[in-house]
Amino acid sequence: MPGKLKAKIVAGRHLPVMDRASDLTDAFVEVKFGNTTYKTDVYPKSLNPQWNSEWFKFEVDDEDLQDEPLQITVLDHDTYSANDAIGKVYIDIDPLLCSEAATVISGWLPIYDTIHGIRGEINVLVKVDLFNDLNRFRQSSCGVKFFCTTSIPRCYRAIMVHGFVEELVVNEDPEYQWIDRIRTPRASNEARQRLIFLMSGELQRKIGLKVLEMGGNAVVGYLQCFDLEGESGLVVRAIGTACTLEKISTLPSTATHQSNSSPSKDMKDSPQAAPSTLGCRSTHSSPVHSASSRLSQGFSVSVPTLLFAGMKPRHRSSEAPRARQCRPVFGEEVPGIPLSSGPPTPLRAQTFSSFSPSKSYSRQSSSSDTELSLTPKTVRMFLCPSTPALESISSSLPSTHMPCHLRPGMASRSSTPPPLHVSQSDTAMLRKSVSFSEELLLAASGMGSGGSAGKEAGPLKALLRQQTQSALEQREYPFFTLTSFPSGFLLHVGGVVSARSVKLLDRIHNPDEPETRDAWWEEIRQEIKSHAKALGCHAVVGYSESTSICEEVCILSASGTAAILSSRFMQDGPLDTEHRFEEVVPPGCGFCHIPYDELNIPFPAQLTYCYSCRRSKVPDVLFTTIDLPADANITGKGCLIQARLCRTKKKAQGEGNATAISNLLPFLEYELHTQLMNKLKLRGMNALFGLRIQISVGETMLLGLASATGVYLTALPGPGGIQIAGKTPSDITYEQHISNMQKKINDTIAKNKDLYEINPPEVVEEIIGSPIPEPRQRSRLFRSQSESSDEVSELDLSHGKKDAFVLEIDDTDAVEDIHALLTDSPTPQGFYSCNTEIMPGIQNWTSAIQMFTSVRVFRLNNANLTNQGLNKIFSDLCENLLKSLYFKLRSMVPCCLCHLNFTVAIPEDELIQVAVTAVAMSFDKEQILENGKQSGEKTLTKAITENDEQLQFNLELNPESSHANPLSSPKGLSEVGSHPSARDRCSSWIEQLRLKAHTIRRGSVKTTSSMEKASPLPEGRSRSLRSNRSYSGTSVAVVKMTPLSFIPGAKIIKYLGIINMFFIRETTSLREEGGVSGFLHSFIAEVFAMVRAHVAALGGNAVVSYSMKECVFMENPNKNQAQCLINVSGDAVIFVRESELEAASVQPQSTTHTSNGGEGT
Amino acid sequence: MSVELDVFVGNTTIMDKEVYQLWLNGYTVNDAVKVRIEGGVMEECEASADVLLSDTMDQYRTFQMCERLLHHPAKLANQLLFQIPPDRQAMLIERYYAFDDLFVREVLGKKLSKGTKKDLDDVSAKTGVSLKSCRRQFDNFKRVFKVVEELKGPLVENIRQHFLLPDQLARDYAAIVFFANNRFETGKKKLLYLTFQDFAFCAGQLINHWTLGAVDSMMEDMDVDLDKEFLQDLKDLKILITDKDLLDQHKSLVCTALRGKTSVFNEMEANFKNLSRGLVNIAAKLINAKDVRDFFIDLVEKFIEPCRSDKWTSIDMNLFLTHYTNSAHILDTFKHHAVWTRYMGVIKSCILRMYHD
Repeated sequence: MPGKLKAKIVAGRHLPVMDRASDLTDAFVEVKFGNTTYKTDVYPKSLNPQWNSEWFKFEVDDEDLQDEPLQITVLDHDTYSANDAIGKVYIDIDPLLCSEAATVISGWLPIYDTIHGIRGEINVLVKVDLFNDLNRFRQSSCGVKFFCTTSIPRCYRAIMVHGFVEELVVNEDPEYQWIDRIRTPRASNEARQRLIFLMSGELQRKIGLKVLEMGGNAVVGYLQCFDLEGESGLVVRAIGTACTLEKISTLPSTATHQSNSSPSKDMKDSPQAAPSTLGCRSTHSSPVHSASSRLSQGFSVSVPTLLFAGMKPRHRSSEAPRARQCRPVFGEEVPGIPLSSGPPTPLRAQTFSSFSPSKSYSRQSSSSDTELSLTPKTVRMFLCPSTPALESISSSLPSTHMPCHLRPGMASRSSTPPPLHVSQSDTAMLRKSVSFSEELLLAASGMGSGGSAGKEAGPLKALLRQQTQSALEQREYPFFTLTSFPSGFLLHVGGVVSARSVKLLDRIHNPDEPETRDAWWEEIRQEIKSHAKALGCHAVVGYSESTSICEEVCILSASGTAAILSSRFMQDGPLDTEHRFEEVVPPGCGFCHIPYDELNIPFPAQLTYCYSCRRSKVPDVLFTTIDLPADANITGKGCLIQARLCRTKKKAQGEGNATAISNLLPFLEYELHTQLMNKLKLRGMNALFGLRIQISVGETMLLGLASATGVYLTALPGPGGIQIAGKTPSDITYEQHISNMQKKINDTIAKNKDLYEINPPEVVEEIIGSPIPEPRQRSRLFRSQSESSDEVSELDLSHGKKDAFVLEIDDTDAVEDIHALLTDSPTPQGFYSCNTEIMPGIQNWTSAIQMFTSVRVFRLNNANLTNQGLNKIFSDLCENLLKSLYFKLRSMVPCCLCHLNFTVAIPEDELIQVAVTAVAMSFDKEQILENGKQSGEKTLTKAITENDEQLQFNLELNPESSHANPLSSPKGLSEVGSHPSARDRCSSWIEQLRLKAHTIRRGSVKTTSSMEKASPLPEGRSRSLRSNRSYSGTSVAVVKMTPLSFIPGAKIIKYLGIINMFFIRETTSLREEGGVSGFLHSFIAEVFAMVRAHVAALGGNAVVSYSMKECVFMENPNKNQAQCLINVSGDAVIFVRESELEAASVQPQSTTHTSNGGEGT
Repeated sequence: MSVELDVFVGNTTIMDKEVYQLWLNGYTVNDAVKVRIEGGVMEECEASADVLLSDTMDQYRTFQMCERLLHHPAKLANQLLFQIPPDRQAMLIERYYAFDDLFVREVLGKKLSKGTKKDLDDVSAKTGVSLKSCRRQFDNFKRVFKVVEELKGPLVENIRQHFLLPDQLARDYAAIVFFANNRFETGKKKLLYLTFQDFAFCAGQLINHWTLGAVDSMMEDMDVDLDKEFLQDLKDLKILITDKDLLDQHKSLVCTALRGKTSVFNEMEANFKNLSRGLVNIAAKLINAKDVRDFFIDLVEKFIEPCRSDKWTSIDMNLFLTHYTNSAHILDTFKHHAVWTRYMGVIKSCILRMYHD
């Protein structure tokens, strides 16, 4: 069905002088859509022409509307020669196609020329009349909303999350067509810009179609990327999460909680903790697989030096065939863990959590042995059994924890070569993909499973999960590009899964059948899927894909976080009962509340999860690619943690090159992981969020950069220290050296704990330790059994726990590595940094935000650099860049750099490019102190009284509504509306009530304290709002940009559509434009300006979820030339300051307000 | 090994006032870094010299890109390239158009031509203001001059509107433009004791009272030129000195009024005719463009210097000028009261301002 596109050219301003003689310009405008072109009259002799044209009308298919941009060209009329182009404006009219987005594009847009940059502005009006399309065979997908935001957009509610959508389109790159030899650079650039516009339009349309097929109406977490494959073509690909969204008409107060509510508030809302988090630990399993079958001979390299605390699914990597079926694997591990049979001993997670990461490499059999022995250093991860504690545990347990016990088992496994050897042909090698999964092991959560209530809940829960799983399995890829979720959606987090594959590019012969590229990604996604399965998870969240291309070699990467999701948003057809049910299911606080969960969910034996959970309740370390859940319980603050690595590589061609790269990848990944672990420990933290590992390939080197935000999850055990072990203990000076280093490390850890306000160990242990008796008491009451003497001993156990992390110094490399560890300079006073949406531990943002992009290119003049030297250079580059940022933004202190997104590239040999986009947000200092204190207290109290609190909540809820009952018996029950369970629910609820009454009668101190402590928090929150109000006065008519999905102190009231822009800028007068820096500086400024202008023209005042996805810079100083390509995207929005909203809504109450104010002053 | 490219671009353009000033003052990047290091910003923010260098380079680049916009300050407000909060914009403009009194004193009244620009290195050496800064200031003068030259209406208001300058700065620019247009001589040795602010004050008086715009702001003509008709009329004042009776009458009136009120009465009485001749002659000659240029030097030579040598105080001066002006109105045969008032009002305030060491 056709639509009618109407455009009107109003005026121009600040046009460049095109006629030197008169210093003026005779400008006119061409308006082109598809194959139709209109022209305005020439407005003679003016730099500020007033065309005021008629409405130019284009009657077109909506398919074209989606694919094509409106192209506006401003020209200078020349009577005698050809008209000179001044510049162009491409307008994406997609936002106009959706009724809920923008209705008109109107405003001043920069006129852009790829050679000269911005040359004046043009004022246009664009409208679309769209007729409803009733054709079911249509090729268009108008009306599907797109969001870059990787969470449910603020003014929408998710009705359903359908799942993964992906698409890619390929084309020849105009830059590499034969015609490029005879056309001007401008023509070539414009051809490219236009092509990419068309391709992204087409891509978006196709994805939209898929969404409609799935029954959705929106794509959230839309991530579109370009692969400039050079000779072999241009690939535009996109992934996203299809959803059905519903606009929230009113502004319910609860809607705010996602943005900056304090976790505690959410906690209160959520009497029930979500199901247990899967304890997990990282392993590297890197099964190399050939095209046909996976090579199974992976074996754990480091095994001899590794001590595992108990069973690890990672052993799967040495038994690859079995690893592919996740459940059997877990089962297989059972023997190692005596608890699995479920003795009624409630085991606390802490006793088990001292896993250390083990890296096991699976490599091709032929070469692996030798190569593995060459591994430069080993990380020795000790489980240091906290002796008293362990001993106190039931007899079977300690033994599993004893290194000596484990070691034999491990050794035997590792020493046994994997049974399967699949020989690979040479060609197969090229196609082989190296993949890793950082698997977070399921920390067994041993549970006293004796309780009847719990037992009842278990199967139900399992049933539900199966339902969810089957719902997911219907999908090809149960992937979600979201990084934060509606409360109650994310149940368990497994760990990071990632896969990489090295490919040789060849020319895309038929652009209409991009099958090879599709197949490549399919391969990788399958890999990811199987990794997730191996972790016992049915979904992957925080999923993203990326590439790195150098000449004809391409590394495809995908990563995400294995997880288990609630069926709530995935079930087809509304299940009313269930829905209501789940409304009250708490948001994912189960993420941190493992003790609570474990006590309440027994895991029936047939569920593999339960087996693993019994062994350990939480992992000692958790890595994820998602944002910290809003309600996660943390201690102190978070910080940016980066692992940086450079590896030299011999120059090679074709297949040899690809092989070399794929051989290097595992080492790179392994070392990045080790660095991350070390740095995490050094900061006294135990979890990483927003992990993003970027591997970039160049001709002579590989760069690896892993960024993440470290936090101390209260629910996880405190990290042990790092111990250095020398190899030659006889040497005294060496010993001294080592002890010096040890001291330094210890000091750093102590300093960091201080800096990030991570409570001193005693407190930490208390936090960890204290919840134990509470739940236990409850469990006792609950289950009226499972009382045992080891109650006390468990308490002690947590106190005594101290696991250490041992770094062995066996060569100079290792020494340097340790030095490098310590060179990360701390952030200056008043600064915090993270790469996630929000900084864990800071809530009271002011409205002052500053988004920025910084790019650095470093030239390595010295060709013969060692790996170590390169590492240092690379690391310094990143560090210095950060330091510069801190300095630049010093006026915003106290502030936090959020969403620090580093992108590395090797534009040419000997060049390293680092680009950073982030936002600096100020916060209120005084409140941070208070809040810090409060949160400290809060975590303490919460830890202590959590269960009480929940009961309390139940009690309150009770008279109101009966459907609140399920609260009392958290977990699976609540998710099932079936009748049989109702009785149990009831009974357990009554039991809880009784318990509650009991506690109150006793006048439990803890209960009281919880109430007291709870109150200051909302207060603090309201105070922060007030402060926002005072700041908002400075707001002017500007367009804010932020990589985050929200604007502090403001409410997004409308999404106007996606901004997805691609620009090329080229110069042949590099020196005159201020050299490379001057050139890029003005280009980036121009890109910002164009984004802002287009957002303003849509009627918006901010861009959220902004990102610069591509910044390809090439220079040729000898020829005085440079070229740069930039691709940016984001969501155009209208926001309103919360203060203004309040002012509007609070009007009636103004009297009281003012009177208050009067008193105050 | 070197950093080949290093840029930082904020959505809101970050500009450091201190660095901006250094840039305006014509410091090179390296010198600016040195100054900043000495200023202690490093300790304050735990930064290193490298960081400072990177920051300074970046800021300098930003300023250079902004400079083109600053030439037309009105554009700064509606350009799209840099997002700069209004208060920042005002700061940028104000500082960009600020000038050194020492420098402006050197070029005041000179033709804003290429020739003058070539001599700026001498001015720079003399005043200690860096050549870069001299050039910027000179170009500012010239730019403002060019723009307002062709505009109608009040000079100060035009400058304020076109260059978005604060009131005082707009007035100063008006003075500079006015001086440049009328080419007043200010460089003579005898005038060196006068500051720019003295001249600016005088220029303000002249603009407000002696130009065409002063009589009728709606006039076609502009503020930059003196009211030709008025200058013509000034010739009529000559009667005050050519008519012996009038002169004597005038003298006696003034003497009567001042007797006993001033310590320099005798000197005044003795010098009256000379002083009166001086002032009236200046008025009579102003119709000649060349004499307009010498207006200030004439004032000093013909009036201020004789008084100074007789050790008049400012109070004496004020008394004398007041009575000298008023007495003329009492003279029977003197008819040109309006012109006299218009002339003497300005002369009086100029002399009072200029009468210092």
